[in-house]
Amino acid sequence: MKKPWLQWKAVRDWLWPFACGLGAAAALIRWRGHVELSTLWALAIAVGVLAAIAGARAWQQHLIDAEPAHPPDPLPDLAREVFERLPDPLLLLDETGRAAFANAAMRGVIGAQFERKPLSVLLRVPAIQQAVDEAGPGSPPAEVEFSTHVPFERHFQAYVSRSATAPFTVVLLHDLTAIKRTERMRADFVANASHELRTPLAAVSGFIDTLRGHARDDAAAREQFLGIMSVEAARMRRLIEDLLSLTRIELNEHVPPQHFVDLEQVVRSAAAALLPLAQAENIRIEITAEPHLPKVLGEPDELTQLFQNLMHNAVKYGRPNGHVRVTLASIGSQLRIAVRDDGEGIPRDAIPRLTERFYRVDVKRSREKGGTGLGLAIVKHIVNRHNGRLSIESEAGKGSTFTVSLPVVAEAPALAPVTEML
Amino acid sequence: MTDHTVRAFGEKLEALTTSVAQVGGLAEVQLADAIEAISRRDTAKAENVIASDRRIDQLQYQIEDQSLKLLALRQPMAGDLRETLAALKMASELERIGDLAKNIAKRAIVLNREPPIRLTMSLARMGRQVEAQLKQVLDAYARRDAQSAKAVWQQDGEIDEIYNSLFRELLTYMMEDPRTIGLCTHLLFVAKNIERCGDHCTNVAETVYYMVNGEHLAADRPKADTTSETSVPYGSP
Repeated sequence: MKKPWLQWKAVRDWLWPFACGLGAAAALIRWRGHVELSTLWALAIAVGVLAAIAGARAWQQHLIDAEPAHPPDPLPDLAREVFERLPDPLLLLDETGRAAFANAAMRGVIGAQFERKPLSVLLRVPAIQQAVDEAGPGSPPAEVEFSTHVPFERHFQAYVSRSATAPFTVVLLHDLTAIKRTERMRADFVANASHELRTPLAAVSGFIDTLRGHARDDAAAREQFLGIMSVEAARMRRLIEDLLSLTRIELNEHVPPQHFVDLEQVVRSAAAALLPLAQAENIRIEITAEPHLPKVLGEPDELTQLFQNLMHNAVKYGRPNGHVRVTLASIGSQLRIAVRDDGEGIPRDAIPRLTERFYRVDVKRSREKGGTGLGLAIVKHIVNRHNGRLSIESEAGKGSTFTVSLPVVAEAPALAPVTEML
Repeated sequence: MTDHTVRAFGEKLEALTTSVAQVGGLAEVQLADAIEAISRRDTAKAENVIASDRRIDQLQYQIEDQSLKLLALRQPMAGDLRETLAALKMASELERIGDLAKNIAKRAIVLNREPPIRLTMSLARMGRQVEAQLKQVLDAYARRDAQSAKAVWQQDGEIDEIYNSLFRELLTYMMEDPRTIGLCTHLLFVAKNIERCGDHCTNVAETVYYMVNGEHLAADRPKADTTSETSVPYGSP
């Protein structure tokens, strides 16, 4: 560490002899009977004062430095080692409410630069701050629950306890996200599914009633109705599949992906799966990839679904006999994958809401194309989990571009239960 | 924070930063709870938000006192001066966010008495986006990260776009069925409040940028709120 007081000390040490020399010279000249040399005197005094100032500064800075930057480490090595290996984030606060120690899991939450910082700067959670403020020495430990909603929903339990004997407070976090999500999953699933399944179900049961009633012996009508029922049943199946995969993705959204994935391969296999659909519309899918693209951290199945959904949309809403262009490029520390169609484009005011669940630009058209209204919501959640960004651009009459940017990282993060996403 | 020769000054400045972080944390929770009160139809939570607003007000007064004392007694210069003024400005912006959250919570209580409407989900989603902005800008303040603050400042256009879209949709709802006008008006104000929260986030972002760099962001922020010029003709779908 640079010590500024050393510099001040050097200045002082240089200036003192100089001032003394000047003073001595003035005295000598005066003694030899020459004229009064008031300028020399003044100069000597001035340099002397400067030296005194430098000396004072050195002393002050020295005082600041002399106080240790952090108080002596209160933790024995064994305790430190044990805390360090705990899977749950743990923070020790000193008597002034500043961070004295954070284990590896906690550093994943608050960052590596935590020492001597106040709690509310590190963890901006009023409930914890309040619990810490209210904790008296030796008072019973407090448990508070809190949630964060961005970038995705997480739930924690914080355990706050202040020691009766030593001057510190423990803050221990416990991740409740998985439990809460499972609890909530069922309710959300039923709420979403019941609302969206009602329409196709009503159609199917309506046709069943008709077939039982006056269309019982009408062969042509029977054929037609069975066709419609089959389409509606297929839609319900797709809807349930999409809802299930959305739920699955949401459940794991807070777990960072661990595999290195070759995106070009993922995109090509997703395109291959869509080939029959594209051929039916006579649309060509063209993939251009920069050579030697870096791999990204990802979940291969989810990434395949991501690009399948994007390309499927491009095929569905693209111009018949048109092109779907997929480009992969590495820009800075990001891998950018753009899926471009040449369809009609999306109205400007619909773009920011496309990734909403069950939002449809054109309800009738989406139904015709067999959309569930969940495709882009799934895309958004997958991108979120991969710490990426989805941007959508569209020009009326010319087509739309969906761009996914994924970060390129050198190595997989340590598998901690809590990531930096708090 | 740079070392100060007078240590008490450094401590006072740090205490000020801590208080701002606390107001920020409270504003975050208030906004999140208000939006959850709407999306989960949780009236108890809404009442809690309304009751907790006083804490933000108290902390704001405290920050005003702290910064005035700092200005009067220590005469901070350069970066320290900007930091003190930034605390003062941020406290009032964050207090406004708290007020808007309180207003959203009040409307949530009314909305929760009415039958559920799908559009509240879109509102909640918009709210989440503003929450993300608020978190990012407060993180930027804690880390003194001007670039991150600038990113928030640039993203506000997205929230304006969502607001435009919701505004149009609500207008068409009301035209289709005048019985929904009461409900939709509340939703309209909720959407506007959320959008205002987003604007306050960009103000905070500007303050953080100025505090770190000592220069202002360019005057023309990307603005995309066009609802003041929007009308939907009667009878259109």
